[in-house]
Amino acid sequence: MSNSGVLFDAPGPRARRLSVILSWISGVVLVGLVSWGIVILNTPRESGGITLPGMFDPSRWDILADPVLWNFVIFTGVWNTLRAAIVAAVLAVALGVVLSLMRSSPIGWVRIPTMILIEFFRGMPVLLMMLFILLVAGTGQYWAVVLALAVYNGALIGEALRAGLVSLPRGQREAALSLGMRPLQSKMLVEFPQAFRQMLPIIVAQLVVLLKDTSLGYIVGYQELLRVTLNNLGSFYGNRYLFTLWCVAFVLYLIMNLSLSWFARWLSKRTASKSSGKRLDPADAAQAMLKADAMAESRQTPQGG
Amino acid sequence: MDVVIANLPLYLEGFSVTLLLLAVGGLGALVLGTIVAAMRISPIATLRVIATVYTEVVRNTPLTLVVLFAVVIVPLLGPRVPFILSGFVALAVYTSPFVAEALRSGINGVPIGQAEAARSVGLGFGQTVSLIVFPQAFRMTIPPLINVFIALTKNTSVVGGVGFVAELFGVGRTLANANGDAVIPILIGVAIFYLIVTVPLGLLATQLERKWVVQR
Repeated sequence: MSNSGVLFDAPGPRARRLSVILSWISGVVLVGLVSWGIVILNTPRESGGITLPGMFDPSRWDILADPVLWNFVIFTGVWNTLRAAIVAAVLAVALGVVLSLMRSSPIGWVRIPTMILIEFFRGMPVLLMMLFILLVAGTGQYWAVVLALAVYNGALIGEALRAGLVSLPRGQREAALSLGMRPLQSKMLVEFPQAFRQMLPIIVAQLVVLLKDTSLGYIVGYQELLRVTLNNLGSFYGNRYLFTLWCVAFVLYLIMNLSLSWFARWLSKRTASKSSGKRLDPADAAQAMLKADAMAESRQTPQGG
Repeated sequence: MDVVIANLPLYLEGFSVTLLLLAVGGLGALVLGTIVAAMRISPIATLRVIATVYTEVVRNTPLTLVVLFAVVIVPLLGPRVPFILSGFVALAVYTSPFVAEALRSGINGVPIGQAEAARSVGLGFGQTVSLIVFPQAFRMTIPPLINVFIALTKNTSVVGGVGFVAELFGVGRTLANANGDAVIPILIGVAIFYLIVTVPLGLLATQLERKWVVQR
């Protein structure tokens, strides 16, 4: 069903006209809604006897010409966000690799505690973990954000890699063992590299989530992009600029996240053309993982000999 | 441990607010997400473009930013809405593109021959989608949808963290600030309440996935 063209007829002249008309109508409705929103935002309002200018009034946007603002936003806000995200990403991938290997170990007392650990960290809000590390370990805000993100995303990446490991064709392992490799050798030299490559788009998609989640640092008091714009600059320039500053943060987040998302998609296309051609959509990491799990399940059951 | 037991009523109150956020936010997300998914497969080009842009933009916006908009920016515009209402709206909007994607990928999972067969016996777009594709897509969408709701459960904590709503995370933070000597049991207590919701849901999703997908 990836080709939705089959759902409807190749439109004839009448259907085409109808579709064009409906297209125009929905376009007009959209423009109407957007301009309604702009009018709402732009209406001056009374507050305690003073009239505040609308949200698009130039007096609310003049700070964008201030180089001090951009200096602070880019070199403190964006930099702190990226700094936390990059360190957390490296730690998360490393932790994910270790967890996936432990999770698929043949030794029960390694596998089962790892499984419980992964489930525990997966089912808990990252925010709670940040607060826990901040209050209990007393590491300061930066490490609270980084460690919580690393542990949470590490558990998820570990689960993705494990799904990748079990969804490999069984012949890979059998061939490795028949060549005289020990089970661990087979896992490290034959299976794991393939699983990692297959799951790479999902891992990158998970890193988009990680990047987004650095904004939770706002709540535990880490000076990332949101806190810098809405809190620090908000109280520096005054409340009237809050909307402007929110827009700045919004656009910067979109730029960072969209470029990483597009990278994930590009990566997924590239790996798909090289390997089996089975593609895991990186749009939703959790979903792709379920799919890989199901694939693994169907491979594990012996299929007629 | 005594602190947790002594404050159990507070915990339960926070837990019920979390469940309320989950239920109302989830319902809103389902409605919005279904509309967006329907727009994405419709024959009308403008609707498809709108839905795609909406999905891309909202999915790449951090939840904290959305909640802050609902809690900080909206009051600047005039209406003084209760914080919990802002929380509902923020969660519903943030979750809706994920719901839409889950639905869409379920529809994509139906083999194309099904739609071709339906079209070749003369069913129209509405009939094909509602009678042939959607009933089959439905069971493919349930496990991913459960995953979306697990994420939503965890995301309700952001509303408590930013939005002055006393749900589980908010309660936990207040208690931890009040009892500095018993932070560990208090926060583990909060975690257990979250796990009560997320772990069974996760097991259910894997169970359903195993049962339904392998049949294909």
